[in-house]
Amino acid sequence: MEAIANIFTVIFVLLGAAFMLVGSIGVNRFPDFFSRAHASGKVDTLGIMLFIVGLMFYNGINLTSLKLGLIAVFVGMTSPVAAHALARRALIHGVKHWKRNEKEG
Amino acid sequence: MTGQTHSPIIEVAGRGLAPIIQLIGIYVFFHGHYGPGGGFQGGVLLAAGVLLLRMTVGAENSQAHVAAKRTLTNCAIGAVIFVGTGIVAILGGGYFLDYAHLPVQWLEPAYMRYYGILFVELGITLGVMTGLITIYDDILEVDYA
Repeated sequence: MEAIANIFTVIFVLLGAAFMLVGSIGVNRFPDFFSRAHASGKVDTLGIMLFIVGLMFYNGINLTSLKLGLIAVFVGMTSPVAAHALARRALIHGVKHWKRNEKEG
Repeated sequence: MTGQTHSPIIEVAGRGLAPIIQLIGIYVFFHGHYGPGGGFQGGVLLAAGVLLLRMTVGAENSQAHVAAKRTLTNCAIGAVIFVGTGIVAILGGGYFLDYAHLPVQWLEPAYMRYYGILFVELGITLGVMTGLITIYDDILEVDYA
């Protein structure tokens, strides 16, 4: 039983780490503000949630696992809202979109 | 910055999350006896809930939650609770913040320390929470009175 839980833990934590790595590469490599907010808002949220689900599998069914689940719900609610607020405020204040033909990045 | 946001996503998220953040703040405040946490961290979380409401539903609309003209008074009350407990312990014959010499004679000294620490933490929580809200309101420079 514990071996199965450990297998799920390894799978979910590695998956979450991979998503967070992809999100970090996206934040560094994307050209303008909006695509960077897209990378940090969506991919990092999924990565953190998968990571926490992996830790819940490692912990078993107890109170700590419930707290970890509440943290996952909290991150899943707050992180996209924060990305939305940033991108909306940037759009209102006229941050330029990235276009393929322009020289400046 | 001071007005109400026009995005329903931000407003609903802020109004829904602020009480949860404050509930976690109260939990952290009472959890200071048994693990990580305490007055300062609980006060910061309570202030974070209020500041989230200040930013999402607007500074004017969130005055009904915590009024800006009362925060500085409450900050002073929190400081007086903290320092006053220590000075009362000195007057009782002990050192500063020596809870065993508080004039509460019907309690065991262990329980007196327990509730004394909780009382001091209450003062710290009140002071930190209202102090941070005062700093935010002062940065905005809006006259609420």
